[in-house]
Amino acid sequence: MSCRLRLLVLAVFLLPVLGAASLPATPNTDDPALEARLNHLAEDLRCVVCQNESLAESRASLALDLREEIREMMRAGLTDDAVVESLVARYGDFVLYRPPVKPLTYVLWGGPLAFLLIGIALALATLHRRRTLRPQADVSPEALREAARLLRSDHSRHPGSPIASGTASRLSHQEER
Amino acid sequence: MIPELGQFAIALALALALMQGSIPLVGAHRGDSRLMALAKPLAQAQFALLVLAFAALAWSFLTHDFSVKNVAQNSFSQLPAVYRFTATWGSHEGSLLLWTVILAGWSAAVAVFSRQLPEEMVARVLGVMGLISVGFLALLLLTSSPFERLFPIPADGRDLNPLLQDLGMVSHPPLLYMGYVGFSVAFAFAIAALLSGRLDAAWARWSRPWTTTAWTFLTLGVGLGSWWAYRELGWGGWWFWDPTENASLMPWLAGTALIHALAATEKRGVFGNWSVLLAIATFSLSLLGTFLVRSGVLSSVHAFATDPTRGLFILIFLGLVVGGSLTLYALRAPRMMGGGSFGWFSRESLLLANNVFLIAALGAVLLGTLYPLFLDALGLGKISVGPPYFNAVFVPLVAPVLFLVGVGPLARWKQADLPDLMWRLKGAFAVALVTAALLPLTLDGMNLQVTLGVFLALWILFTVLKGFALRLQHHRGSRVRQLARLPRAFWGMQLAHAGLALLVVGVTIVSNYETERDVRMPIGSHLELAGHRFVFQGVEELPGPNYLAGRGTMDVTTPWGRSFTLYPEKRNYNASGMIMTQAAVNYGPFRDVYVSLGDPLGDGAWTVRVYHKPFVGWLWAGTLLLALGGGLAAADRRYRVALRRRSDPAPAPEPLRSITREGVA
Amino acid sequence: MRRWIPLLVFAVLGVFLYLGLYLNPKEVPSPLVGRPAPDFTLPVVGRPGETFSPSEVRGDVWLLNIWAPWCSVCLEEHRHLPRMVGGRVPVYGLTWKDLDREAAPLLARNGSPYVAAVDDHDGRVAIRYGVTVTPETFVIDRDGMIRMKHVGPITPVIWKSKFEPLLRELQL
Repeated sequence: MSCRLRLLVLAVFLLPVLGAASLPATPNTDDPALEARLNHLAEDLRCVVCQNESLAESRASLALDLREEIREMMRAGLTDDAVVESLVARYGDFVLYRPPVKPLTYVLWGGPLAFLLIGIALALATLHRRRTLRPQADVSPEALREAARLLRSDHSRHPGSPIASGTASRLSHQEER
Repeated sequence: MIPELGQFAIALALALALMQGSIPLVGAHRGDSRLMALAKPLAQAQFALLVLAFAALAWSFLTHDFSVKNVAQNSFSQLPAVYRFTATWGSHEGSLLLWTVILAGWSAAVAVFSRQLPEEMVARVLGVMGLISVGFLALLLLTSSPFERLFPIPADGRDLNPLLQDLGMVSHPPLLYMGYVGFSVAFAFAIAALLSGRLDAAWARWSRPWTTTAWTFLTLGVGLGSWWAYRELGWGGWWFWDPTENASLMPWLAGTALIHALAATEKRGVFGNWSVLLAIATFSLSLLGTFLVRSGVLSSVHAFATDPTRGLFILIFLGLVVGGSLTLYALRAPRMMGGGSFGWFSRESLLLANNVFLIAALGAVLLGTLYPLFLDALGLGKISVGPPYFNAVFVPLVAPVLFLVGVGPLARWKQADLPDLMWRLKGAFAVALVTAALLPLTLDGMNLQVTLGVFLALWILFTVLKGFALRLQHHRGSRVRQLARLPRAFWGMQLAHAGLALLVVGVTIVSNYETERDVRMPIGSHLELAGHRFVFQGVEELPGPNYLAGRGTMDVTTPWGRSFTLYPEKRNYNASGMIMTQAAVNYGPFRDVYVSLGDPLGDGAWTVRVYHKPFVGWLWAGTLLLALGGGLAAADRRYRVALRRRSDPAPAPEPLRSITREGVA
Repeated sequence: MRRWIPLLVFAVLGVFLYLGLYLNPKEVPSPLVGRPAPDFTLPVVGRPGETFSPSEVRGDVWLLNIWAPWCSVCLEEHRHLPRMVGGRVPVYGLTWKDLDREAAPLLARNGSPYVAAVDDHDGRVAIRYGVTVTPETFVIDRDGMIRMKHVGPITPVIWKSKFEPLLRELQL
């Protein structure tokens, strides 16, 4: 390849790159505000054909169509609530990732609070009983004697380590105190 | 031949599991040492056989034995060796085999590391684990044989699901299973305690290191799963509240509650019944997760190919294990309240509060995950419960736990001094609160979520430091040496709590301040995002081992003038024709830059998504720290007192102090 | 008594899990049942210049079958559909997103089970009908109301058990 040809090739390659370097990327939409509104709404909507993805995440063909449909509704001046309503009319509550509060979902929305209240009630009952319990040794003495015995007996199967034997007996002594 | 060997090994392992699940239990009941002594060799032999079976399957994958149905469906002649190996557990059958190998591995570990336990205890624990093994091996053999042959032999395989061809998938399932299955040890200890009627501090001390170790693996597994989703799903999300993710979060929450309850049981002999119940619940939730993922009752992005027969089998097994253990609990849990008294404000009462909130959060996740199923089963229609619900109910339930993390470790057992503690912590509280309130104002205005998250994180960090300071204040001499001498359990707790703080920072900041742009980029065009300048150099074709990639080149310059290049890809996998988006990520300590290719627009231009994710790495750093803390706590000296006798003639007083007064995690 | 509560909770959970095994999480009932079928006017596949609109068949009971040329299950269904229907009701087809224009030659070659198949090129009418998969079949009554939606292919068993009783009732 001659030198001049090489230069030409180089120029052809570089020119568009250098020439376009100042070109800013353009948003992938003609209406960024609408797109932002769409994406915000789509996060709480289920892609009905996918396994379990939101309309914002999914790249499934129907999800793309559905987003286009929502864009059109928004352009036509529908509010977010109206858009959601029209989707629910076609796909049912299944399309909503945030289930609406209604009698069927009272247990769903009230459950966590109920769990917490039950838990607090049980904990308070326990605390009350524990407070009125007569003071005892920290850990039941039998348990500690047993633990110490086990440590010793285990050691006795592996003779030749005076340190550990000392540790075990001092351990039991300390804990029985 | 090799696959048949694997099949035979599984059958033999099932026979051994049947023996392991019966003979030692009978021996423990009768007090017959010879029968009990069989438990250990049986567990070890079972492990060896299952490793052999696993190796046989891995061999079939590595050598492209497409006569094995599992290989034909989940591998491909062009699949790289590392993914051929990981494809071993890429299918339902293979992952179930991995599950049984790991279960046998835990049994073998119990057999090896239980020399200081009474023989009845070991026999019962291994017997219970043997019974669990029987269930899974039967499931494997009867409904999901990984070695089934195929005739005629296909010329090539259908390839591993491209989503699973990722580094995160190499270690995510094994770690996750180590966690799930590891809780079977805690479960077995609980059942053994119920059988023997010994629900005391000694029991808690024995089962604690096992529980903490399993929890550590589960933490890593869940974290890696999240990292995989972040890298592989192409839009940089890290948690979706998908049923499969919830299936791993629920045992994690129960396990976290369990390790805290066990701390009180070990130290003070309290909450014994509750700890047993939690141990049963934690493993039951692991099994429930298996059922949900493999039975098809819920639709999920990650679920395995499903089959109602398998689902029914797992459900029956679940019913036997959970129903049996809960019946045993109802019959045998001690009527007497063990342990001593404690006051309204004490370490015990704070641990109790921790458990209340964690279990309520667990209940919320369980309710949200199963609610669509409840309604459907009652014929009341179909609904979806997704991220908006879980975020709304989960955050208020765990925020109090995070606050308690700051208080609990500083409170004394039995009776703590609330005014004194408040006085000590007033500085930490004030500084954390003021910083957290001001921080969002310096960024883009008031934001209560950020304030709450940053406050909780700083609060935890300050109180962790306070914990170290209080430990050292009475000591003289070199601080470094004093720090090094603090018990590992204490270090483990502190690091895990600090990890939690990092996690909270990561979640809060990235959720509130991440920015993204969805743009059309002609070759040579540029884009500014969060001070970074991106220049698109076009997309070139690049053949991969089993796919054809369009590889984009994106030059990035940071606000500090450093430059690097990212190569996001769009891959078309040869065997399946599946198109995958492979995002390119530049990881940094304070931000990730994430580029993902969209679609070609002609003339070399492409749609491109660019994300700036501040502090997202702290999420996984926090997870690692949590796991590191768990590992340290499980390795505390006091669990190994009996094991260490040969090696370390250390001065005696130090470990004693750690046992009697301070060893808390 | 208190210690039996965990078992009780689990038993209830177990019953639901068992019932769940025999439910299909992907089968979603359509809220459109009992409501008027959305109207549209679309070109008929293979007959240039001709259009079809549901208002043209008002007063008749008819079926609307959603299909796509690349949907092999739909093509399988096409083979059995005429025999099952036996000409008792007119069947119209909605061709979902036939981007490659394969529908007309395909119907000409295999024989069309439809009175007419319309071309929903951009898939927007299918969205109005809440379509999630192909094939799906709607039963529409004399007043233009949707009376049933069936998801998935119609087999002879399903035809006998789900469609025939309803059609008998509607055509009386």
